[in-house]
Amino acid sequence: MDIRLLGAEPSAEEKSAIDEILGAPVSAWDGGERGSMRDAHTAEFGGHSTREQRHMLLPALQALQSRVGFITEGGLDYVCARLGVPPAEAWGVATFYAMLATSPRPRRVVHVCDDIACRAKGAVKLCAALEARVGPPISHEPEGDHVPLDRDKAAWMHSPCLGLCDVAPAALMVEAGETVMERSIGGANIERLYALLTEIKVPGADGANKPHILRSPQIVSGGLLQRVGKVDPTSLAAYRAAGGYAALAKAMDMGAEGVIREVTESKLVGRGGAAFPTGRKWEAVRTQKAQPHYLVCNADESEPGTFKDRVLLTEDPFAIVEAMTIAAFATGSEHGFFYVRAEYPLAFERMNGAIEQARAAGLLGENILGRGMKFDIEMRRGAGAYICGEETALFESIEGKRGEPRNKPPFPVSHGLFGKPTAENNVETFANILSIILDGGAAFAKVGTPQSTGTRLFCLSGTVRRPGVYEVPFGTSLRALIDMAGGVPEGRTLNAVLLGGAAGGFIRADEIDIKLTHEDTRASGTTLGSGVVVLFDETVDLRDAVLRIAAFFRDESCGQCVPCRVGTVRQEEALHRIASGKTRGGVSAELALLNELGDAMKDGSICGLGQTAYSAVESAIKRLGLYSEAGSAHA
Amino acid sequence: MTVPSFVQIRRPDREPKKTIELQIDGKAVKVPEGTTILTACRTLGIEIPTLCYLETLRPVNVCRVCMVEVEGSRVLVPSCSRQVEAGMVVRTGNDRVNHTRKMVLEMLASSVDLSTTPGMDELLEEYDCKPERYGPPAPPAAAGVRDAAVCGHHTPPNPDFAATVAQPPMVDNDLYIRDYAKCVLCYKCVEACGVDHQNTFAIAVAGRGFDARISTELAVELPDSACVYCGNCIAVCPTGALMAKREFDMRSDGSWDEEKQKATDTICPYCGVGCTLTLHVQGNEIVKATSPLDNGVTLGNLCIKGRFGWRFVQRNAES
Amino acid sequence: MEETDVVFLWGSNARAAHPIWFHHLLKGIHNGAKLYVMDPRRTESAQWADVWLGLNVGSDIALSNTMAREIIHAGLVHEEFVSNATSGYEDYKASVESYTLDVGERLTGVPADVIRDAAHVFAKADRAMICWTLGITEHHDAADNVLALINLCLLTGHVGRWGCGCNPLRGQNNVQGGGDMGAIPNKYPGFQEITDGVTRLRFEKHWKTKLQPNAGLNLTQMLKAMEAGSLKALFVIGENPAQSDADGHHVEGLLEGLDHLVVQEIVMTKTASLAHVVLPAAATWCEGEGTVTNSERRVQRCRKASEPPEGAKDELWIIAEIAKRLGHDWGHPTAEEVWNEFRKVAADFAGGMSYKRLEELGGIQWPCPDESHPGTTFLHARLWEKRKKRGPAAPFTVVRHEGPVEMPNEEYPLLLTTGRRLESYNTGVQTAGYDSPLHWGEMVDISPEDAARLGIADNEEVRVTSRRGSVVAPAHIDSTLRAGLVFMTLHFPDDVATNLLTIDVSDPKSGTAEFKACAVRVERAFANVLASSNHS
Repeated sequence: MDIRLLGAEPSAEEKSAIDEILGAPVSAWDGGERGSMRDAHTAEFGGHSTREQRHMLLPALQALQSRVGFITEGGLDYVCARLGVPPAEAWGVATFYAMLATSPRPRRVVHVCDDIACRAKGAVKLCAALEARVGPPISHEPEGDHVPLDRDKAAWMHSPCLGLCDVAPAALMVEAGETVMERSIGGANIERLYALLTEIKVPGADGANKPHILRSPQIVSGGLLQRVGKVDPTSLAAYRAAGGYAALAKAMDMGAEGVIREVTESKLVGRGGAAFPTGRKWEAVRTQKAQPHYLVCNADESEPGTFKDRVLLTEDPFAIVEAMTIAAFATGSEHGFFYVRAEYPLAFERMNGAIEQARAAGLLGENILGRGMKFDIEMRRGAGAYICGEETALFESIEGKRGEPRNKPPFPVSHGLFGKPTAENNVETFANILSIILDGGAAFAKVGTPQSTGTRLFCLSGTVRRPGVYEVPFGTSLRALIDMAGGVPEGRTLNAVLLGGAAGGFIRADEIDIKLTHEDTRASGTTLGSGVVVLFDETVDLRDAVLRIAAFFRDESCGQCVPCRVGTVRQEEALHRIASGKTRGGVSAELALLNELGDAMKDGSICGLGQTAYSAVESAIKRLGLYSEAGSAHA
Repeated sequence: MTVPSFVQIRRPDREPKKTIELQIDGKAVKVPEGTTILTACRTLGIEIPTLCYLETLRPVNVCRVCMVEVEGSRVLVPSCSRQVEAGMVVRTGNDRVNHTRKMVLEMLASSVDLSTTPGMDELLEEYDCKPERYGPPAPPAAAGVRDAAVCGHHTPPNPDFAATVAQPPMVDNDLYIRDYAKCVLCYKCVEACGVDHQNTFAIAVAGRGFDARISTELAVELPDSACVYCGNCIAVCPTGALMAKREFDMRSDGSWDEEKQKATDTICPYCGVGCTLTLHVQGNEIVKATSPLDNGVTLGNLCIKGRFGWRFVQRNAES
Repeated sequence: MEETDVVFLWGSNARAAHPIWFHHLLKGIHNGAKLYVMDPRRTESAQWADVWLGLNVGSDIALSNTMAREIIHAGLVHEEFVSNATSGYEDYKASVESYTLDVGERLTGVPADVIRDAAHVFAKADRAMICWTLGITEHHDAADNVLALINLCLLTGHVGRWGCGCNPLRGQNNVQGGGDMGAIPNKYPGFQEITDGVTRLRFEKHWKTKLQPNAGLNLTQMLKAMEAGSLKALFVIGENPAQSDADGHHVEGLLEGLDHLVVQEIVMTKTASLAHVVLPAAATWCEGEGTVTNSERRVQRCRKASEPPEGAKDELWIIAEIAKRLGHDWGHPTAEEVWNEFRKVAADFAGGMSYKRLEELGGIQWPCPDESHPGTTFLHARLWEKRKKRGPAAPFTVVRHEGPVEMPNEEYPLLLTTGRRLESYNTGVQTAGYDSPLHWGEMVDISPEDAARLGIADNEEVRVTSRRGSVVAPAHIDSTLRAGLVFMTLHFPDDVATNLLTIDVSDPKSGTAEFKACAVRVERAFANVLASSNHS
């Protein structure tokens, strides 16, 4: 391709960061040194094989970010030279992801979460205190005196949900360098944050990685959390000693069709939020003629209030590797991708370790278990984009593009990753596979309700006494679940619950007898979503939570389609007009406008983000009556 | 002698397409498999407004103006890209469809300058759009501010204003201008510059959400970018955000008058490809060159010479 | 183009010179076609290639003969096609035998394994085509170069089929149409032979006049005739030989020496400035009517969009008036009337191409003999017919590598090759008229290695000298060039007369000049500036 580069030179540091990811250049034409006779007379760069490398764009940009702390002109140019990607395209990608910086930044940046769950635990005050102490965060307009020019000083930013709601308020520290340093911080307080921003030495990881985990007493065997906290997540031997890889062997005995039969019989549906039957998805991929087939594990758990996948990945990574291998076997995929959100450094590390150990042990690779099966998993990290949890946006992201969802149909089972048949499942969905294979689909289907089989992981956070991941059978009441977590703190009253995350909806305290099943929540006009249960007692300003949700959708909209791109802005504006008392024609007119906007976003947006951007707002208006005369009285 | 079987002399026969029968607004219609709902509607004479759709580009279905209702579908579907299926029941103008269309048009009209979008006034009127109800437009951003936005960290809204994409036009070369205050982000220019036609990739969508914008790398000016000034982006721009400098200047000084312009098709005087040039002449001056979308040679595209290189026949007219 | 499997783009930077044709090639590429580009420079076009074969300037025959030998030895010849539809194969086969991969590598510079792979991919492809431009034809052995490429297509059966064939890209909007209409020395309209008595008789009858029986002179021959003093008067229509021809000083002198030079032009060119009579003409492409024929033989209508400047006359009017003054009153036929006469005298060729149909179908590809004929998408399909319908066999032609006439030596150590840039066109008569951010004026593209060796900085003025002349222009350090190669264009002859440098040798068969290769010396120009700074 006749791309035109900027002509900026990369630093030695940047060059080596990129070459570590892509390998050294092979000729003068892909970024190497001039001078060879061969290069003077031939080039094999710029054609089809070069364009096929596009999927390395995001890893290459991340390498720059991790090494230097932002993407420089020279670094971008070198990435483009190496991959044959036009700079404008690379720029489009770099500016899409919040964890990639395209203007100068200090090496160390602390991302302080001020999303719903952390807000319920005082994140707003914490940020205010931080600002008073060290100055304002890096914000929307990067050119400003608030960004320390000294690259050795640290800066801070607000962050959307970091998936550390169980240890809220939370933060994530990233320091670029030879070895990038990433630390999740739970129970953040001003002193800790101040220390992170001012001290050279960084204290190790903490609370974030030891979450509360509870399984319902009703589950007697199996269970998704059975190894969590009991089996060393960094040791394949320990995993095998605890029965690991028995399911894969059994699956191979059953054959692909047998596996799919059991999965279908289990009535397992996807745990990512869309609740699509997993057996049907696998069968659809298995029977596609087009080759190759791909398998993708969606670990881009970004729904505010969700952190269950983080627990599975950090505490039981081999189970996910094994389940992916079974899925690959069933769907005829030889190539798998594991895509985890940028905000989960430990999950990435654990999964990476698990994959490497599995590969070394012949549990991934050319001849798995010595039975001729070929399958391997490539790791990918997100870069700060909620939208990439949407399955087709995730494909785009893996392909090295902006994470813009595709219009469906065609569906991923026929036109997925790289346009090929693809089975994509969420982490928790994969986690369910092992017991389905070992105990049979029928046994699985006996747990839960006829329509919602098995167990479900719920993420309890907010003003709850024991936040954490809870596993209960479908059909358990929300009240029982809340009770397991100890309810709201002593002496306080539950005001509302956010069910399903920002894309879910609020329910009132008097509605918590609802049974946690797909059918019950659907019937009462709400959703289980990704298993989010955020509790709000009377100390939490719910209108503030609603504003935060509206801001979240505006920030995370990919911007592709008009209803979502502009609708999320207009929605947030209307809520701010209400909040500031500057309504256009009174609160009821604003509520009517919000409803009109909401309908258009729901009906007209390309993907689930825009389609659900009004859900929580709508439930706050209609269910909680938050803006009714009574509700607006205390505004 | 017989021709070996693998040797295909004539153009390979395309497999005959199956006919699909469906119902649109109560009327049965038969179209070939692979037809979009939009095309099927047009065969029935049902007009559906579009912004981001163009016959010569792959549909990106982002503007959501062409949405229609398909029975059984949870949400509305974009008619420009959705292919017909047997037995489909489509409704193109019920309340639900009209509401989304109205809102989308309002959202655009309240955030983007649509003053040079052909047919837009009529459309806004037809759908009873009231863009002013979102509040007075916010003051324009200073040059470069929208290009520098950090994604995921927007500034909280000002309750006195409705956010817009207003900013000064970019005039950085002699051939064409970019007035992104008029950009509806239909992706057409990116497609035309990219894989659909020109494959120069001088521009891409950068940023995210409401900050999303068309940008060169690092938002450099066009002369520092990969741009080759084919103007194929101008040719597909539906709003006048991209405009030849000559037209921009004439509009600025009030001399641009499409009523007085006559368009004549001829052939480009340069290389041997034989691109059809449509010359738009006002007062014996060529003021613009385009190429017909349905021309098999060009598909509406030209190169810098065809698009801009005709001044030599009228040096006097301009000076 | 869009449905082929392999494209050899040979001696063509179509990305810059034929941008919209390149769109179609890109569609083919995105549909999966593999692109191989043969060009000494790694041009914009070559950067799209799966494989770039950066052959030495003027080694095209060596490369194609080497590929042919490899195809033959690898058993990849399309035996059936060769035996049924071609002639001269055995001689050809024998002639390429000495072009082993090693010899090929030595002559072309292209690594043997790359030549081998390209040959195999081409031969094995279901559909493949070779497209070329002036990189093939602006050599002293231009016709042989073309024949070498045709040989490759014959050898592999890649002719006369959908998605296959030999595709020379025309450099000017109506160079094909000029030929169609008989504006070549040895043909009547529709490529009918002047020297064929029966044809001539038919034309004489139609035109009711006696026609001379001999082929005329091509441009190169005309220059020779001027030199010899046998050609004394010249009528130039819309051409700028004073600047477009090699060895510019020499041509200018010849034009000045003519007894009578008439130039019909739309602007005052260098050539026009030398003329005894200038006939100001309308720019027919937008100020008149007519047809042009593009590279794919598609005849399309030109239409009048604006009025010509005062004093400029319609070109048909001028010709008819000259005829009248020469004693032939043709009246003043319209363009359509002239076209219809052409359709009559070349009915097999254009009989079906009425203005009405040209309008309706958006142009028609010739031949199109009658009004029910859709036009012809590609030629030579007859070669695949059974013997009786097949017509004459397609001949292989034995061609041998010669290399450029002038090779670098100690005094002139660099090889200058010329070509085009995207935003400009030929001698710039037309493209000088518009402002463009891409107009950087003439530059001397030079490799980083040579620039470093000669101490030349980017944008620094350099002097380029050949055995014939010397010019000064800014240097542009270009990493797509290898050491030893220098590149310039002919676009800015008023500022930098590149043709003062080029060599005046041309192909005896086609008359094209060897613009693509001459030996030069490049040096920093500022030393000279200092030396002559006294009068500044």
